[in-house]
Amino acid sequence: MTTEQSVLERIERARLRKARVKEERVTLAHGAGGKATQTLVEDVFVDAFRNPHLEAMTDGATLTLNGTRTVFTTDTFVVSPLFFPGGDIGDLAVNGTVNDLAVCGARPMYLSAGFVLEEGFPVADLRRIAASMSAAAAAAGVAVVTGDTKVVERGKADGCYVNTAGIGVLERDVTLGAAAVRAGDAVLVSGPIGEHGVTIMLARGELDIEADLASDTAPLHEPVAALLDAVPGGVRVLRDATRGGVATVLNEIAQAVRLGVVLDEAAIPVAPVVNGACELLGIDPLYVACEGRFVAVVDGEHADAALAALRGHPLGQGAAIVGHVADEPAGTVLLKTSFGGTRIVDMLVGDPLPRIC
Amino acid sequence: MRFVDEYRDADQARALAAQITALCEPGRRYQFMEVCGGHTHTIYKHGLEDHLPEAVTLVHGPGCPVCVIPMGRVDDAIAIARHPDVIMTSFGDMMRVPGGAGSFFDAKAEGADIRMVYSPLDALKIARRNPDRRVVFMAIGFETTAPSTAMTVLRAAAEGIENFSVFCNHVTILPAIKAILDSPDLRLDGFLGPGHVSTVIGCRPYEFIPGRYGKPLVCAGFEPLDILQSVHMLLRQLADGRAEVENQYTRVVPWDGNQRALEAIGEVMELRPYFEWRGLGFISQSALRVRDAYAVHDAERVFDVPGVRVADPKACQCGEVLKGVIKPWECKVFGTACTPETPIGTCMVSSEGACAAYYNYGRFTRDRVKEATRA
Repeated sequence: MTTEQSVLERIERARLRKARVKEERVTLAHGAGGKATQTLVEDVFVDAFRNPHLEAMTDGATLTLNGTRTVFTTDTFVVSPLFFPGGDIGDLAVNGTVNDLAVCGARPMYLSAGFVLEEGFPVADLRRIAASMSAAAAAAGVAVVTGDTKVVERGKADGCYVNTAGIGVLERDVTLGAAAVRAGDAVLVSGPIGEHGVTIMLARGELDIEADLASDTAPLHEPVAALLDAVPGGVRVLRDATRGGVATVLNEIAQAVRLGVVLDEAAIPVAPVVNGACELLGIDPLYVACEGRFVAVVDGEHADAALAALRGHPLGQGAAIVGHVADEPAGTVLLKTSFGGTRIVDMLVGDPLPRIC
Repeated sequence: MRFVDEYRDADQARALAAQITALCEPGRRYQFMEVCGGHTHTIYKHGLEDHLPEAVTLVHGPGCPVCVIPMGRVDDAIAIARHPDVIMTSFGDMMRVPGGAGSFFDAKAEGADIRMVYSPLDALKIARRNPDRRVVFMAIGFETTAPSTAMTVLRAAAEGIENFSVFCNHVTILPAIKAILDSPDLRLDGFLGPGHVSTVIGCRPYEFIPGRYGKPLVCAGFEPLDILQSVHMLLRQLADGRAEVENQYTRVVPWDGNQRALEAIGEVMELRPYFEWRGLGFISQSALRVRDAYAVHDAERVFDVPGVRVADPKACQCGEVLKGVIKPWECKVFGTACTPETPIGTCMVSSEGACAAYYNYGRFTRDRVKEATRA
């Protein structure tokens, strides 16, 4: 007789199988940052470009150039609308790449900027975007040192897309990565989650919901540095919780090390307005993108020191310890609900919010 | 969050759980079906089963709107959407539902203009803004959503927006419950009635369930404490030897339903002689179509709908899951060939579907969960 346990084991085996893209064409789900994105990247890109730096599948590649440990990363921005409360595609593009460098432990140094512009796009808007990129770069202590511009016919792009790439240097002797994570570690978030995603959703004006909410877009190199200095050697891995949100990041970590992550719903900081909007729309804030928050897994013994260090920085004031790493359930994120029950928090399937960054 | 957190309190849940356990007769097992997919979603989202004693099992019923859509209707909708002048509009839940040849998402990737909306009124707005396009709303759902479709058709008619039509797939809940009650392998002790549907039809239409079948039904709300309280009310009835229709969701459900909503449905729609349900087959008088008077807003008449019939995939056991005969994990393809990202059956698509809810949230035996959450 088939028991529930044997079925679940069969599913676990199926989940571990190499992912294959089954669709004949790209769908929006492939850009959502969840399972479909992971499958597309692994099946198409990692397969084609295979090398040890890429296969680490981190936010940036750590390279030793002429004896200097550097981190190199890139990110592309297609957010709609281009301008939204708390920011625009310009500061998003700078902060996004700065944060990918920061969570690798690097000090961000130089950025490139590439623009795909649609025929007819207002130059005034472009100036506005460039100005906010400049301000964001200054705030993050980086310089935009090279760039590229392309224009396509009207209708072939939606106004303006921005790509940034960046390099930074690893000044501390730290190696961050999921591989270092072990049972007993603490899981922290640097602030309330989901504000960027919900802001974008409301800014589209399709929902007739009004709320006093702004994107959380911000450069994270300073709170990251504060954390790394406060608990040297105690930080296992850092990830910025962009597309797919905190849930996706934690699933990737849990799967990479075959350990469990147990979250405490009551401890997860979510602004009431984000919670309310998510409740109305049937979305789980754990899957909603942040652009100025990161997830930190730290040695359990240093959890309180790590929390204090984060809270000591203005961008980490809302930080919280939200859970811990456990041996079981391996490869899975489990949530203890405020209601006193438990449930799985799986990888995101489908796309509740397309073009969020 | 005010008006929500009150219904999610863990201490109250534990108190209710103790009362539920006290009501269970030693040695007896109870199976209750929650008819509505919204309940299924709540149960898994909050981990509600952790509060229930082992003697009480919740069986997930047929009340998930996308789960009961047969594959042929998806193919028909895609055929409509492929007309170059058509904008197809749909609730997000419907986008990944597989037809015989792909889903809305696949059709969209191939060039069809398919847009997600949150309300049929949004679809009407799109029609107003695009007078040179024909805008179709993929109407799905039970009596809960039928009134908003009907109101939208009425508004389109009043404003003379002739480029707007609905592809009507509305179904009614009572024939489905009856089909389950008539199923020979029925092992249910009672029902958690669909709260949202009941806001429209009221509680009276369920009276045949205790009357003819001797099973109690409690109209239940959608917060986790609502569901626990409804389970408690069902057990109380059984302990007292009663079988009645009771209303737990009194803050929303009027005993006689919502007359205005029912009138709107009656004005715009009429019963179809029969309709195919995914996994349950053809059920007579179980679905709605647009009346002749509103033919111009009926996509089935505006377009040449192919009327595709697609047999459910052999491996798929959605029907048995919908009837509560098997648990999701007992299906042969559950979690291996059929997963939320590549669903074979509709139960795996919507977050309200029994299989998707179980896969996403519940995929654990209780022992492993206890092990993992031990402080």
